[in-house]
Amino acid sequence: MSAPARLRPRSSPFVWLRRNLFATPFDAVLTVSLTVLIAWGLWSALQWAVIDATWVGDSRAACEARDGACWAIVTARWRQVVAGFYPEGHLWRVAAAGVCLAMAVSPVVVRKGWSFALAPLGVVGAFAFLGGGGLLPRVPTEYWGGVFLNFLIGISGAVFALPLGILLALGRRSHLPVIKTLSVGFIEIVRGAPLITLLFMASVVLPLFTPTGVSLDKLTRALVVITLFESAYMAESIRGGLQAVPKGQSEAARALGLDPWRTTALIVLPQALRVAIPAIVNTFIGLFKDTTLVYVIALLDVTGVMRQALADYSWQGLEAEAYVFIALVFWITCFAISRWSARLERAGGRLKEAR
Amino acid sequence: MSAPVVEISGLNKWFGQTHVLRGVDLTIAERERVVVLGPSGSGKSTLIRCINGLEPYEEGTLKVAGVDLAGPRAEAVAAKRKTGMVFQSFNLFPHLTVLENCTLAPIWVRKVPRRQAEAEAMAMLERVKITEHARKYPAQLSGGQQQRAAIARALAMHPEIMLFDEPTSALDPEMVGEVLEVMTELAQGGMTMVVVTHEMGFARQVADRIVFMDAGEIVESAPPTEFFTAPKSARTREFLSKIL
Ligand SMILES: Nc1ncnc2c1ncn2[C@@H]1O[C@H](COP(=O)(O)OP(=O)(O)OP(=O)(O)O)[C@@H](O)[C@H]1O
Ligand SMILES: [Mg+2]
Repeated sequence: MSAPARLRPRSSPFVWLRRNLFATPFDAVLTVSLTVLIAWGLWSALQWAVIDATWVGDSRAACEARDGACWAIVTARWRQVVAGFYPEGHLWRVAAAGVCLAMAVSPVVVRKGWSFALAPLGVVGAFAFLGGGGLLPRVPTEYWGGVFLNFLIGISGAVFALPLGILLALGRRSHLPVIKTLSVGFIEIVRGAPLITLLFMASVVLPLFTPTGVSLDKLTRALVVITLFESAYMAESIRGGLQAVPKGQSEAARALGLDPWRTTALIVLPQALRVAIPAIVNTFIGLFKDTTLVYVIALLDVTGVMRQALADYSWQGLEAEAYVFIALVFWITCFAISRWSARLERAGGRLKEAR
Repeated sequence: MSAPVVEISGLNKWFGQTHVLRGVDLTIAERERVVVLGPSGSGKSTLIRCINGLEPYEEGTLKVAGVDLAGPRAEAVAAKRKTGMVFQSFNLFPHLTVLENCTLAPIWVRKVPRRQAEAEAMAMLERVKITEHARKYPAQLSGGQQQRAAIARALAMHPEIMLFDEPTSALDPEMVGEVLEVMTELAQGGMTMVVVTHEMGFARQVADRIVFMDAGEIVESAPPTEFFTAPKSARTREFLSKIL
């Protein structure tokens, strides 16, 4: 007779604790002391940031009465924090541009082939609303800024860097020596230089070479530099994905009579991009954080706005608040991106296993 | 006597300095079923990959449906399309459903409208008996089902000749039968076939001719009964003594 099946023993939270946190006296001591330490840290942070904080006021004097954070530096200038020095009567255009940017990122939610056309449309729409011309009065880019500028640069950069990165990654694998050399050369040169130096070169060196009278707008230059820079990283992320697609896939496609272009577009790339999602998202997150570097060429993104506030006599000395706020903005955004990418990976993973 | 589907003469191929095909001559008539046998590394895969245009070759001529594969590009491309290939490792496209696997090439290469391509693909899936899995992804199928889907995918391009490179070698033993059955039916339906396999039962029953390769050469070419009972060459006898 075979052994009868029994119910699997239940595991309780208590058992889990015993096994993982209190297995030995040393573990117990470690667990208790770390718990105390973390609780104390969290409590102090909460006290500073929320309980004892001052939320509104028109200078740091308003915060003197309490020991906590002085968030007035953010709230008093919220309009600049969000949209820089964009003219007050035209803030609806920033909102409209925001809708356009949401459209530009919608393909990652919709995930249908046609939706990818929305990305460039959204970016162009955002620039049209912000810049004006025609019926809308023009607003030069010097007035754009705040968190919105970070999103604008980040999303436009991503929308253009992804296709460029795909082309570079394919170029790197090309059998044509010219294309291969150009791709490899571009990727290696761009990856070797810090973004900050490239931004400086674009704003200081480039005008020396352009004919007089032609002045490229500062934001455009920053956008071009960031897009090119990120496309080099994107190319390397995608190359990893391309290498993960077995040779048998393109052979099967060729055996069916598909030409090299269709083989790449219909068989190899879709699989490569799916494999490369984590690396691509990693590059996106890096790109988004890099948008803060535009302050070095005097664009007033959220860091620029906050630094300007700190330079103001009435807000001096509030570095902690300013930088904690900036960090929070970026952390929340990047965390959201990373959670969403985990969802995409799970959706893609279901199809991947066997070949 | 109908026109040959494949005509190979004096075919030589090198991988780097390795001489992999050494003066291969082979003619395959319409509706003929050829099984290629030979020890590992003898060049069986390379030969059928040449017929299919997946491998270039250095010397000799290789004609498919009367067209020289080394000739004008457009004609060669059209000729290569008349060959269908089934791989040892299936190579189904994992990001597409079985049906999409079977309609992709008809839609993009033969320019068949989607609906018609789907109807044709369903007919092919019917032939390999997996219509119920049409909407599934390859990862959801067993090995035998995947290989049958791969056969359907090749058939959907209406090839004049089907090439099989060890189609059952990657399968668990209990799934070999279902794939061989589909191949046997295909042979009975009059398809011209070249099959590299280690399945001697299939070779005996289905083949019109057995081609034995060793070290890049065709050593012997004979009908199965003659090949198995009265092999002419010593190398063939040695090979048979090892496997039978
Ligand atoms: N891409 C390649 N590059 C270099 N050498 C290769 C390549 N493919 C095959 N070869 C060599 O060519 C020879 C013939 O290989 P082939 O795969 O045609 O043999 P096979 O008869 O199919 O063997 P098997 O039964 O193991 O599949 C072998 O010596 C092999 O090492
Ligand atoms: Mg082989």
